[in-house]
Amino acid sequence: MADHKSNAKAYWQANLRLIIISLAIWALVSYGFGILLRPMLSGIAVGGTDLGFWFAQQGSILTFIALIFFYAWRMNKLDKEFGVDEE
Amino acid sequence: MSQFAINLIFVGGSFALYIAIAIWARAGTTKEFYVAGGGVNPVVNGMATAADWMSAASFISMAGLIAAGGYANSTFLMGWTGGYVLLAMLLAPYLRKFGKFTVPDFIGDRFYSTGARLVAVACLIIASVTYVIGQMTGAGVAFSRFLEVSSDMGLIIAAVIVFLYAVMGGMKGITYTQVAQYVVLIIAYTIPAVFISLQLTGNFVPPLGLFSDHIESGMPLLAKLDEVVRELGFRDYTADVDNKLNMVLFTLSLMIGTAGLPHVIIRFFTVPKVADARWSAGWALVFIALLYLTAPAVASMARLNLMTTIYPAGPTADSILYAERPDWMKTWETTGLIKFDDKNGDGRIQVYNDTPAFAATAAERGWNGNELVVNNDILVLANPEIANLPGWVIGLIAAGGLAAALSTAAGLLLAISSAISHDVIKGSIKPDISEKGELMAARISMGVAIVVATWLGMNPPGFAAQTVALAFGIAAASIFPALMMGIFSKRVNNYGAIAGMLAGLISTCVYIFLYLGWFFIPGTATFANTPDNWLFGSTGYGISPLSFGAVGAMINFAVAFTVSSLTAPPPVRIQELVESVRFPRGAGQAVDH
Repeated sequence: MADHKSNAKAYWQANLRLIIISLAIWALVSYGFGILLRPMLSGIAVGGTDLGFWFAQQGSILTFIALIFFYAWRMNKLDKEFGVDEE
Repeated sequence: MSQFAINLIFVGGSFALYIAIAIWARAGTTKEFYVAGGGVNPVVNGMATAADWMSAASFISMAGLIAAGGYANSTFLMGWTGGYVLLAMLLAPYLRKFGKFTVPDFIGDRFYSTGARLVAVACLIIASVTYVIGQMTGAGVAFSRFLEVSSDMGLIIAAVIVFLYAVMGGMKGITYTQVAQYVVLIIAYTIPAVFISLQLTGNFVPPLGLFSDHIESGMPLLAKLDEVVRELGFRDYTADVDNKLNMVLFTLSLMIGTAGLPHVIIRFFTVPKVADARWSAGWALVFIALLYLTAPAVASMARLNLMTTIYPAGPTADSILYAERPDWMKTWETTGLIKFDDKNGDGRIQVYNDTPAFAATAAERGWNGNELVVNNDILVLANPEIANLPGWVIGLIAAGGLAAALSTAAGLLLAISSAISHDVIKGSIKPDISEKGELMAARISMGVAIVVATWLGMNPPGFAAQTVALAFGIAAASIFPALMMGIFSKRVNNYGAIAGMLAGLISTCVYIFLYLGWFFIPGTATFANTPDNWLFGSTGYGISPLSFGAVGAMINFAVAFTVSSLTAPPPVRIQELVESVRFPRGAGQAVDH
């Protein structure tokens, strides 16, 4: 039984780690590249403007989609590995 | 065939479809009424969520806002999509595991307090009612423009349609009509965009066209647009923003506000499994992104088109004669959303940025003030006409705008009615109400909510734009932090949660009221709403009232943790409840020890 509990704890830790990594990327592409770091990326030209503009209007949204699907895929796998999935 | 007849066919046809779906998907139980029986496929739910989420603001207003603000208004694009990442990782799967019907359900149970539940109901109702007013007025505008009825009449038609399918079908009817509405609105939004992108850049994919070359000038589209607006004294379209703190906080407020809006959250209660809730958030964002990646292209291309219409020979040459203005300008003038005033009496339309910095150039060119005021909201609706697209595209846009407004209105009304019938009536006033009685109560409260929303739509309190900010602020500052702490902390207790929600709610409302008027009554604002008056305004990094939701959320977290640490931890059964929502498998196994 104690074994089961530590297993549950490891599952939750793995989830938290995944969330922290994902949200770090989430913040980097939007608040970072899209807003705060835009002046630093101004040297990289993209279609008449710079990379920061692209991240603010397209890149961040595309990254968000990739992040959610990656998280869903990884978590659904973790659910099975730790034996906490449904059914 | 006249344009009116075409519009009627498109709008009438789409409405007939929604009604047919509603009859097919009637709700017989409270579970069907609240969460569509919990058996909605995750992709279908993603599509319904996209329609639920994309309101008149996304469909009608957003591209206009970006066209006017350029890069600075990218905040809407990032803010209204980034919230789904938070939903997928921080809220949706755990709330689905919890497995009840409403957002206050979770807050009431997790914080073992009817008080917390009622505070959550109050936040939910304020946020949703303010939001629904905007949808109803949006629908009214679309009706009056395309079906040539008064906007009050348009509102009543919209209300009757929503009443029919939402009251009859509940969440089940709403889900399947939202799927149909999504299809209508996305086709309506992308077809004109594809045409315009082809005309301007030769690329038929609008998001790619945005970063392609402008055919006529051979320059990159955005560089051309920058050049044109610069000649007329406007800020460069792609210009960077100085007050980055406010830009960050505004984006953050929109993101956590999105994740905290109850009508979006309850959509994730309708899928069969926890794993499906995760997938479904991803699908929702895919369907939303189809519009959100098109919107910035529409924005820049429409702005360039508008400038070329007014300055056919370029911004440094003479502008168009008022007598020779295109037909679309005439039709929109009748709605009052385009206004012309020949200030220098030369019979031409001059559009420029009327600021001191540009005064010398304007005087030199014999201009006496900006002469054309174009409401941002018409940009998407008038887009097909500006680009000379065929009549059926205009009919499609009409149906699409209405689909966007009605699908969101229905979702909001369901969130309101379930909070009243389930949380207030069954949860506190009459816990022994029968299943049939609760279903009847849900239908009646939805009917009342529709009547109130219609009345408010007809008599808008004159602050529709500000109230939307209030809706996001409240969701961000009260609901999101309470839900997140309920899942990720076992230590936050009933006192902490209630104190936190109230602190977030009150601080956000007070900050908004200080600048926009107390309870939005005109003339009661304590400070003028200008950047140097805002908090930290003197440093050049002022926080606008629209951005305060993120600060309110931080206040909520801080107060909740402080109060909780000074009072007793939650009882063991609550800690077990938290433990159980964290694991997809049944509660018994997860807390086995």
